[in-house]
Amino acid sequence: MAGEPLLQVTRLSKSFGGVQAIMNVSFELAKGEILGVIGPNGSGKTTLVNLITGFVKPDTGMISFKGKDITGLPPHKIANMGLTRTFQVMRPYHSLSAYKNLIVPLNSPRVRKTAGGTLGDIDAVAIDILEEVGFERDARVPYKTAGSLPLGYLKRLELGRCIALRPEVIICDEVFSGLSMSEISSLIPLLEKLRMEGISMMMIEHRLRELFRLTNRLVVLTFGQKIAEGTPEEVMSNQQVRDAYLGTEMKK
Amino acid sequence: MRTEGLYALSSWAEMGYLLAPRATLVLVLLLLPFVLDLYWQRVFCSAGIYALLAIGFDFLAEYVGLVCLGGALFIGTGGYIAGLLNEYFHWSPFITIPIATVLGAGISTLVLLPCLRLRGIYFAIVSFMLPLFAGFIIIALNVFGGTEGISALDTFPNAWVELYLILGAVIVSLFALRRLVNEDMGIILRGIMDNDQAVRASGISITAYKTRAVFIAALLGCFGGAYLSHLYGWLGLSLFAMDFSILPIAACVMGGMGTLVGPVLGAFILTPMSEALRGFGQLRVVLYCLILIGFMVYKPEGIMNYLQRKYHQFEVWEEV
Repeated sequence: MAGEPLLQVTRLSKSFGGVQAIMNVSFELAKGEILGVIGPNGSGKTTLVNLITGFVKPDTGMISFKGKDITGLPPHKIANMGLTRTFQVMRPYHSLSAYKNLIVPLNSPRVRKTAGGTLGDIDAVAIDILEEVGFERDARVPYKTAGSLPLGYLKRLELGRCIALRPEVIICDEVFSGLSMSEISSLIPLLEKLRMEGISMMMIEHRLRELFRLTNRLVVLTFGQKIAEGTPEEVMSNQQVRDAYLGTEMKK
Repeated sequence: MRTEGLYALSSWAEMGYLLAPRATLVLVLLLLPFVLDLYWQRVFCSAGIYALLAIGFDFLAEYVGLVCLGGALFIGTGGYIAGLLNEYFHWSPFITIPIATVLGAGISTLVLLPCLRLRGIYFAIVSFMLPLFAGFIIIALNVFGGTEGISALDTFPNAWVELYLILGAVIVSLFALRRLVNEDMGIILRGIMDNDQAVRASGISITAYKTRAVFIAALLGCFGGAYLSHLYGWLGLSLFAMDFSILPIAACVMGGMGTLVGPVLGAFILTPMSEALRGFGQLRVVLYCLILIGFMVYKPEGIMNYLQRKYHQFEVWEEV
């Protein structure tokens, strides 16, 4: 991994009242990389996403993206720089049809600028993106109300919303959760394809086996602290990680 | 299946089906002044003002997710600006009303701006309190005519101008907003209502869009206020009266939330009814509440949603 990292998090901390949600966490994301972030429930993974994408302001520490300090910027500014995220809880714009959901990111300053002011037929662009993330155009799924779509499609819609921004980094907050094995298997090639197109990703996951098919570098969080970093094999053989997931052995 | 979008233009029957209800509404509204006497024409005018407020309320509540009880704020701000310009600069209503509409909407939006972060009931409470503040400030400082108000402002040249000015405003705002909610901007606003976090993660500033939405609703209200002070040639504290915040909600509930046209219908039913019940004195508020409760319990969808549902059941099955 040569050159400047795309996203760099340095000694980030955040506490909510007395709870230290994130403590001194540092890591880097390189261009074209898929980085996995794992950890038991309540270890601060989603807080980390919220901090990086500007939804929560950190107490201390620095986040830099493409060499620029983005700490404390509002979410929409960060998104316009090309760093966006999915949400763990799927809440699409339920009263709108699926493709209309993408009209929102397609109207962002970032997309308008790259398109040179005009996108032409914005509805057609939206439907093309939905096809890219696996909506069957023939079955008229893009025209269905987002609120009526099953979870698998909602996850794809969420990814579509991110892709519409033409981002450089997508942070996926548990995209695999709640999906069946076959749904996950069909989602993996899509994520792989996005990576090939140059989008870097940070994947927060609980589904480790599926995650390992995509990534070869992991960061492990427990109680807000980074306890390990490295390849899946390194991380899984790390005693601290085993303790965090399985508990410590009782001393006789 | 009923043909959609542009394809509806392919047959006269389809076009008629789409046009009939809209044309009926506009025609009835346009012809109504001819059958009314002078007294009821005035009632018609104030129904128009309430209709504007009700459209604004419906737009903010159902398409942006802001419950805004600022009707009185809009009416008061617009009314005072138009009235004061007329009193001190002697400008004609046709100059003061446009100025008061835009300037008033700007001021109302600025005042509401700090509360835009609030949602649901909190925004409602703050927007409800602001007109009370404005009233007390005017009393305390004894400016703008104080508690007496200012009378003998210029009125409109004749009754037809009065009637068709407000009617034009109602019809134009109705169709303009109807269109807006399906444009990109309307879709973004509905996105903010459904999930504002996702909108922010999509690179769009929700404050900027909410501000624009409030400004649009304030334009309608401030126009109503400016019109009102010239209609009676008078401005005073009653421009900040709670009625302007409350009656539009009743009109929305009765007419059908989220239809935009329903609130207009509601306003044109409720305002005359409220006049007809004038003989009951304060009791009419009770009757009012009873009607509201009746609608909420037995027809919570409102008149318009019900009618639309029934109308679409008449559809003709066609081969596609």
